[in-house]
Amino acid sequence: MKLPVSARYIPLFATALVLAGLYTLGCVSFDNFGSLRVLVNLVGDNAFLGVAAVGATFVILSGGIDLSVGSVVAFTSIFIASVVEKGMNPLLAIALALVLGALFGTLMGLLIRVFQLPPFLVTLAGMFLARGLGFVIAPQSVGITHPFFLERISEGLAIPLNDRVSIPFTATCYVAIFLVALFVAHYTKFGRFIYALGGDEQSATLMGLPVARTKVLIYTASGFCSALAGVIYTFYTQSGDPASCVGLELDAIAAVVIGGTLLSGGVGFMAGTLMGVLILGLIQTLITFKGDLNSWWTKIVIGMLVLAFILLQNFISSLSRRVEKTS
Amino acid sequence: MGSNRFQKREVRWWHSLVWPVAGLALLLVFNLLFTEGFFRVEIRDGRLYGVLIDILNHGSKVMLLSLGMALVIATGGVDLSVGAVMAIAGAVAAQLINKDGLPFPVVIVAALAVAVLAGSWNGLLVGGFKVQPIVATLILMVAGRGIAQLITGGQIITFTDGRLTYIGNGSLLGLPFPVWLSLAMLGLTVALTRKTAIGLFIESVGDNQTASTYSGVNASTVKFLVYVFSGLCAGMAGLVAASNIKCADSNHAGLFLELDAILAVVVGGTSLTGGRFYLAGAIVGALFIQTLTTTMYMRNVSADIAPVPKALAILAVCLLQSPKLRGQLGAIFSKKPA
Repeated sequence: MKLPVSARYIPLFATALVLAGLYTLGCVSFDNFGSLRVLVNLVGDNAFLGVAAVGATFVILSGGIDLSVGSVVAFTSIFIASVVEKGMNPLLAIALALVLGALFGTLMGLLIRVFQLPPFLVTLAGMFLARGLGFVIAPQSVGITHPFFLERISEGLAIPLNDRVSIPFTATCYVAIFLVALFVAHYTKFGRFIYALGGDEQSATLMGLPVARTKVLIYTASGFCSALAGVIYTFYTQSGDPASCVGLELDAIAAVVIGGTLLSGGVGFMAGTLMGVLILGLIQTLITFKGDLNSWWTKIVIGMLVLAFILLQNFISSLSRRVEKTS
Repeated sequence: MGSNRFQKREVRWWHSLVWPVAGLALLLVFNLLFTEGFFRVEIRDGRLYGVLIDILNHGSKVMLLSLGMALVIATGGVDLSVGAVMAIAGAVAAQLINKDGLPFPVVIVAALAVAVLAGSWNGLLVGGFKVQPIVATLILMVAGRGIAQLITGGQIITFTDGRLTYIGNGSLLGLPFPVWLSLAMLGLTVALTRKTAIGLFIESVGDNQTASTYSGVNASTVKFLVYVFSGLCAGMAGLVAASNIKCADSNHAGLFLELDAILAVVVGGTSLTGGRFYLAGAIVGALFIQTLTTTMYMRNVSADIAPVPKALAILAVCLLQSPKLRGQLGAIFSKKPA
């Protein structure tokens, strides 16, 4: 007997429950928590984390891990800021940064696939490399004064909802990228390959799936998403900083885990990651609203949530094993 | 027959040291030729001073960490939380030493006990709940610094107690105290793992957990214990780190040292897939990394750019360990004579 299909969705329901619970808690505890502005900012402020988490979801679904995310985001931001300030066309700079990110990911993917190296180590090296290269470009943060960033992005492309609240461009970007990722993960061959690879690499190979190509492309996608997150981060902060986003990869992984994706690969949903990102953002917002709580509680609460979800997944998978045995 | 197998083991032990020692020697030769004053060692006030002594002194934190990390990696796991555990141990020690009336040993024991507790938490998750090591230790890596912040109340706690500052700054028989501490821990770890069956158990669990379980090895307990030991090592390294700068800095104590420790273990010839560990190799690996870092500082490479050579070192080591590349290289070399 197979486990009822709904068992796959239990972690997703749990995530939705936590998200709804946190939001309700905020609305009950604080007067303006339920306002449109808080909701819009929640998406806008966490857009870069969300895009990074999209890449992390692909990698984790395939059973791998990418630790280079934060460094690549920082590298992209300082790269764009530096070349734009030196006079390069902003759009060209962004395109170049995205290509660099994708190339960086491809390189890591090739090392992982061709030389059979552990993803953990290769992306660790990638993390050091990107971080150091960022500092080679500029040792300090660079502010962007180009009108494209100041006016077009932050004012021109914001979508006004009413006379006081408007959706920032970063939020629009995130929603668009999320929809693309949702499509890729669930409605394309590449997406199915990723799930197959994460489920069982040997079976995937025996089934004749292009395992090698998929594996490399997953890291390409992750590098691209990291660079994209870097672009959004640059929009968000209007500057580039080689020292920024240290540990962002851990937040991204935490968001993926809280979103119900199994870290051993093969099981999970892009939508879960979106909720995971929103949960992380909500915790941050709640602690900011509370005011008298110290910011390091954020880390502890995130740690506890990750633990809770891992234990939940363990429980479900052991339950499903028991169901299989008894049948 | 028995002695024959023992000899085989000995050969492997020395063999594993060839690459890290060669790397270290290469760095030292480079410095001998190009970095002025690298080998100058002088005696002042009965203790040795010099770049080489500094390397030993600063490298001792990674040496301590790498001992615990080597055992964890040998079981096929990894401990990402050691940096955070260092911060927690330092925070506990700094907080308690400033309370009047507590005897010094109590402070040390309390700090190490908290570190052991953190290690048992990891061990419980990995051994008991069968959570993947990367994820299980990730939790404490993220939350650990928060816990350390809670202990110190978000402040950097300074202390002046001579006994606590001795751990990181004192010297014994001319050499810095942390060096002796690392050597003592190396001796203890070697004695515990190689003179008893524990080392065999650890390697068997890492090599093939199912087979070792069927042979009567309690894999869960073995895994639990290596994480506890890693926690203890991290606690000691945390005491050294806090003592070095005479304060507990929850945000920066041991930051990224987990990566250095993993790198030291891998450079030392221990494979990340588990099943074997080389403690002496890990120590040499730690010295290699510290020498690399110190060399860059002495050659005026900015501390921020320092990760680039480190990353290249990781990749080079990984590639050398990759069976695929070894096979290809082997094929090239074996074709040549023909």
